[in-house]
Amino acid sequence: MELFDLSLIWALIIGFGVIMYVLMDGFDLGLGILYPFAPDEQARDIMMNSVAPVWDGNETWLVLGGAGLLGAFPLVYAVFLPALYIGVFLMLAGLIFRGIAFEFRFKSRGNRRWWNRAFCWGSAVAAFAQGAVVGSYIQGFPVEDMAYVGGPLDWLTPFTVLTGLGLMAGYALLGATWLILKSEGGVQAWAYRITPPLLALVLAVFAIISLWTPFVNEAVWHRWFDRIQVIWLLPLLALGCAYTLYRAVRLRREGQPFVATLGLFIFTYLGLVVSKWPVIVPPDYTIWEAASAPESQLFLLLGVLFVIPIVLAYTAWTYWVFRGKVRPGDGYH
Amino acid sequence: MELDPLLLSRLQFAFVVSFHAIFPVFTIGLASYIALLHGLYYRTDNPVWDRLAAFWTRVFAVVFGMGVVSGIVMSFQFGTNWSHFSHAAANFLGPMLSYEVVTAFFLEAAFLGVLLFGRGKVPQGVHLFAALMVALGTFISSFWILSANSWMQTPTGVELRDGFFHITSWSEAIFNPSFAYRFWHMVLASFLTGGFVVAGVSAWYLLIERDVEANRRALSMCLWLLLVLAPTQAVVGDFHGLNTLEHQPVKVAAMEGNWERSAHVPLLLFALPDREAQDNHLEVGIPSLASLILAHDPAGEVPGISEVPPEEQPVVWLVFWSFRVMVGLGVLMIGVALAGAWLRRGGRVYTHRGYLQLLRAMSVAPFVAVLAGWIVTETGRAPWLVYGQMTQAQGLTPSLTGGMALFTLVGYVAVYAVVFWAGLHYLTKVVRDGMLPEAETPTLPGDVERAMRPLSASHVPFDDDAATDARS
Repeated sequence: MELFDLSLIWALIIGFGVIMYVLMDGFDLGLGILYPFAPDEQARDIMMNSVAPVWDGNETWLVLGGAGLLGAFPLVYAVFLPALYIGVFLMLAGLIFRGIAFEFRFKSRGNRRWWNRAFCWGSAVAAFAQGAVVGSYIQGFPVEDMAYVGGPLDWLTPFTVLTGLGLMAGYALLGATWLILKSEGGVQAWAYRITPPLLALVLAVFAIISLWTPFVNEAVWHRWFDRIQVIWLLPLLALGCAYTLYRAVRLRREGQPFVATLGLFIFTYLGLVVSKWPVIVPPDYTIWEAASAPESQLFLLLGVLFVIPIVLAYTAWTYWVFRGKVRPGDGYH
Repeated sequence: MELDPLLLSRLQFAFVVSFHAIFPVFTIGLASYIALLHGLYYRTDNPVWDRLAAFWTRVFAVVFGMGVVSGIVMSFQFGTNWSHFSHAAANFLGPMLSYEVVTAFFLEAAFLGVLLFGRGKVPQGVHLFAALMVALGTFISSFWILSANSWMQTPTGVELRDGFFHITSWSEAIFNPSFAYRFWHMVLASFLTGGFVVAGVSAWYLLIERDVEANRRALSMCLWLLLVLAPTQAVVGDFHGLNTLEHQPVKVAAMEGNWERSAHVPLLLFALPDREAQDNHLEVGIPSLASLILAHDPAGEVPGISEVPPEEQPVVWLVFWSFRVMVGLGVLMIGVALAGAWLRRGGRVYTHRGYLQLLRAMSVAPFVAVLAGWIVTETGRAPWLVYGQMTQAQGLTPSLTGGMALFTLVGYVAVYAVVFWAGLHYLTKVVRDGMLPEAETPTLPGDVERAMRPLSASHVPFDDDAATDARS
């Protein structure tokens, strides 16, 4: 007797965690990617100060997702991590470097240049690796007897390189629009200037990926093209967000560009999810086949349902406390 | 030469987990010490305790931050290198490891911020409560991790069906036979680590005559604690050993370097175990003492390594010598604690430069002892990953090649070398600038203080340029 479909609940939780992570770590990774292009060191200070209060909680979702997958969908954990072995290492190394760069840049003067580099490279590598993960999820993995049987670099194909670069561009766009929201004067003007070309780049890459995906994976083709259905609303909504973003930048709106970019990400993400649903280890395994024993899912669910509201409240409180513009000289002098 | 992914994965796991472990081992002990300082301040209103608490909280913040950074890798390692084990044991392992994460996040979101940044901003009682909750949280975190590890040593409460472990009883799996021993052994090890580090730093401050009043009190308190804890650890360690004797006799045989089951087994002080010959060279031992310790009878029987075939034997020399390093350092700790009690007469303990220098040096000892102890228990379990049920070779990721494993091993060593250098460099600064009157402490103003970035609790500059800025 089952009162709830635990696997479904867990899929929703993990799915929620993934998009929370992408949106929240996305804009601060994006600022790292934009770092070398910033007009001057003062702009860099403002960029870093704009995320200093909030980026801490962002990686919470990554660790929670990693541990949650082992608890709820061990097959995902046991196939994705071996298949993406090298990519996972690069991502973790990137995240660690940018993490310590973040901490020590604030406390340095002479070594600051090195921490800047670590912050930028760490962010870029981590973003690329995450994009490549998305690409290899679309591609699927050779799995036999519930174990990955491919080679070490199967995940690195022209398609995944494109998704990697695409996510880098997407994160940079998130970062630029976040900066519009959080800065003013010269820095904001710079952020306004780079947003339209970034948007064009993102749309171009997304378009290529969307056209390419049905050829990489036949199941996706059938899902989208067998008949026209409601899911076609998702790309339309994503395009609507892109248009809103373009218009908002032209009208020099401050908050709308960021919100529109969030929308662009959310609808693209949902589009990806419906392409695959309910397959979680492509090409073959659904969320129910990848699940751990129901008693384990239930045992863990109690703790996670307890902690998620607390983490959300903490996060919301942080954003509220640190709302408003970051000005030069804020933070440190 | 053929690269062996199994050996390389074991080395990588050992490296990452050892590197990570030194931070929590210290913070668990230190969190309790900070809570104690807050309690004393609350009771006595003596500002000495407040100064000590403020300084050690800064150290705590940096070490906790390093632990978080190095811990991120841990939650992915099980999958990258030990995917088959992770998948097979996920029903138990998944919830245990996730609960550790859940505990840590709850702690950070709810109490760590108050502890790190609340000084002077929240009422004393609230600050004390936050300190207590952080200390409690560190115990709950280690509870989950040590339960998972103990289950791998003494798996109970599960049954193996179609290659997967299924839970038959949560309480039997969580509170498996070796758990309580390992937990208390580890708690005491954390207290000893915290105690010796605080004693060592206080001794150094006394040598350079900085804040003598506070550091005398800190040193005195630590030495009393160590005088109780160090011998207690020997007793708990003995119980832990007897528990291991019951459940993993081959491990104990390797610790003793005893190849054949026999009575009147000597306690070996020196030997060169040789797995090919299934015997030791150059043995020096105390007759019948191992039998006396393990069976509480000089004529008692001690199991032998060769009771299992050579391919099921651990690397004996590593287990044997790591055990001697751990026990040797433990005995040294007891000696140092006793010497401290002796030197109290006439207050020489605060002025005897040789003893203070010795305490400085001893602050490294507990870290080495803890790592040696973990090497004993982890390599002593080999070739088993889940004792008696799954070998390390079976648990390994099937698609993993030697080249991949070597790439990430070298990579993690390089990444952690940078992290460790930066962290240690910074920690040295924090200690060097610590316990000064507040007006003289160089700090950089105004980094945004956040609980999930514990390092933001310290405003000590990282490099000398910034320090000059801060002073001017």
